[in-house]
Amino acid sequence: MPERDYDHPDVVICPDGPLLLRNATSVQDADGVVHDVRRPVVALCRCEKSSRLPWCDGTHKVIPRG
Amino acid sequence: MRLPKPRGVLSEWVVSRLADARPSAAAAPAADAWDDESLALWTLHELSYRGFEDADERAEWDPEVLHVRHRLETALEERLRSRWEQAGPVSVGVPSEVPSALEALVAEDDGPSLADHVRRRADRDQVLELLRQRSVYHLKESDPVAWVVPRLPVRAKAALMELQYDEYGDGDPNRLHSHLFARGLDAIGLRSEYGAYVDDALPETLEMNNAVSLFGLHRRLRGAAMGHLAAFEMTSSLPSRKMVQGLERLDLGGPMAAYYDEHVEADAIHEHLAARDICGTLAEDEPEQADEILFGAFTCLDLETRFATVLLASWEA
Ligand code: FES
Repeated sequence: MPERDYDHPDVVICPDGPLLLRNATSVQDADGVVHDVRRPVVALCRCEKSSRLPWCDGTHKVIPRG
Repeated sequence: MRLPKPRGVLSEWVVSRLADARPSAAAAPAADAWDDESLALWTLHELSYRGFEDADERAEWDPEVLHVRHRLETALEERLRSRWEQAGPVSVGVPSEVPSALEALVAEDDGPSLADHVRRRADRDQVLELLRQRSVYHLKESDPVAWVVPRLPVRAKAALMELQYDEYGDGDPNRLHSHLFARGLDAIGLRSEYGAYVDDALPETLEMNNAVSLFGLHRRLRGAAMGHLAAFEMTSSLPSRKMVQGLERLDLGGPMAAYYDEHVEADAIHEHLAARDICGTLAEDEPEQADEILFGAFTCLDLETRFATVLLASWEA
């Protein structure tokens, strides 16, 4: 089979989980505070329940799914 | 690191065989007990990581030594597989179900939580004991996983490197996870040299380490290695947060809490990379690995449960 290219999106929405963001250098949170990004991929909280917004801390897993 | 203190006739044979490169006069004996056997295998595996100052480096590929390693690895793999058999292994019909099957496996895991105990009730000595046990792996965190890179198809390989780059500090030696842990050990008065607490390691601790080394060293077990990684990452961010709270409660914050703090955020990302981009694509590209991935994930959860059960029982917690 010939080689093909693959999808590698910069923004990935995880079902019932965070939004993964690639290649960002800074992120502004809901209060307007700008956070530097030091990693190639970050996970942004979508459930708003994280203890360290804007980042996901896994709390979404203990929230009942509606 | 120096060779460990033997715990029986087999580890005694291994230690003296590694210290002296000449072929042994006597064949390796059967192990006295599990403790002896797991230390013997741990010692043999370590030759492929950082080695021992007082061992001959050539022993790593010495046929007589490899023969013993093979015997012990076969027994270990049989033990791990039979626990999976007893637990009632799940199998996925289509490879694309692997990420959700991993999630289900992790969600059903009801083993006792050491992090809960640390957060609420553990005393200082118990936490130090836990960290000494954890140090056997955390001081070489991610190293066994790195062996798998050349054995993966394109997508899984790229995803594993994306994850490992972060584990290894994104190019900054000060942020290498094993280095952060070493700094944490120093800050709370424990020894931070590689392998410092092997003589104190419980057989459950050695078995956990031997399992990841076994999965990492054998191409055949690449699926199990990646499943193990996924389960590890998927059970890390919430417990890491509890570890931070417990360490701070006991005035053990600072660099050790910073190590766990780093894992809250990092592993909330890594768990998705591991489950979907690594295990999911590996299963699509090599469907026969799908069930192996689940076996590896089960093994990670099962070994942690056994470790936690023994430690909590010893503390009457
Ligand atoms: S999405 Fe993970 S904590 Fe909110």
